Amino acid sequence: MENFTPYTSLAGGILLGISACILMYLNGRIAGISGIVAGILSNPSVTEKAWRAAFVLGIIGGAFTYAYFFPINIEPREHMTTALLVIGGLVVGFGTAMGGGCTSGHGVCGISRFSLRSITATAAFLIAGIITVYIVNQVVGA
Amino acid sequence: MNKILSALLAGIVFGVGITLSGMVDPNKVINFLDITGHWDPSLMFVLGGGVITTAIGYRFVFAQGKPLFEEDFHLPTLLKIDRKLLLGSVLFGVGWGLIGYCPGPAVASVGFRPEEPLIVVVSMLAGILLFKATSKS
Repeated sequence: MENFTPYTSLAGGILLGISACILMYLNGRIAGISGIVAGILSNPSVTEKAWRAAFVLGIIGGAFTYAYFFPINIEPREHMTTALLVIGGLVVGFGTAMGGGCTSGHGVCGISRFSLRSITATAAFLIAGIITVYIVNQVVGA
Repeated sequence: MNKILSALLAGIVFGVGITLSGMVDPNKVINFLDITGHWDPSLMFVLGGGVITTAIGYRFVFAQGKPLFEEDFHLPTLLKIDRKLLLGSVLFGVGWGLIGYCPGPAVASVGFRPEEPLIVVVSMLAGILLFKATSKS
């Protein structure tokens, strides 16, 4: 096992849960990042765009602040070209829009509501991700 | 204004949480998915911590009857497991496994490490628009 971090990961997960509860308690919204981001682009209402943009700015600000006090060290990836990042990003955007959610909306919020759709979606993207990494490793030879 | 400030607050907590959790490191994400190789189970703790906290918290929240700054809870109305849900989720999983970024960590990472995440976020937005454009016709 590599770089196993159960405590910080659990603590981070609990904060994600608290964030989901804040957004539901105050605004009645699911804390699903793909859906909230999509709404900035496609929702015609200015008030809808505004709270979604505020949420995204909060995420960026929160991450910036954390990393300012506790610098994040990420190892560079040799095989990760710009083309691959663009293709991956496109597929992630297209797929989450089509499937109606990502790791936060389906994975955290949906499973917490015992939604059968979200449990199915989470199983599907986890399995697809595992198979993809397996195939990539065979090709790259990792 | 209340709705904007509460979304900002929820976003900040999310941003700190996702960074602390380690999910902002795409190497860690790919190791999590690499169950037959360099497996790092940490992300199960992220998902587990998130689900348990939300499941407990939502019980109290829904017991209030309505949110503080809205008339109703906005919950998904779709119940059917259809081809769109499955195909979309599989596509998302493929992209996630290819680059190690899902939407939350990609957005958060822009806050401290602009180059890779910015490419991913812009491409992700293009992917969302592409889906909207193709599903309308």
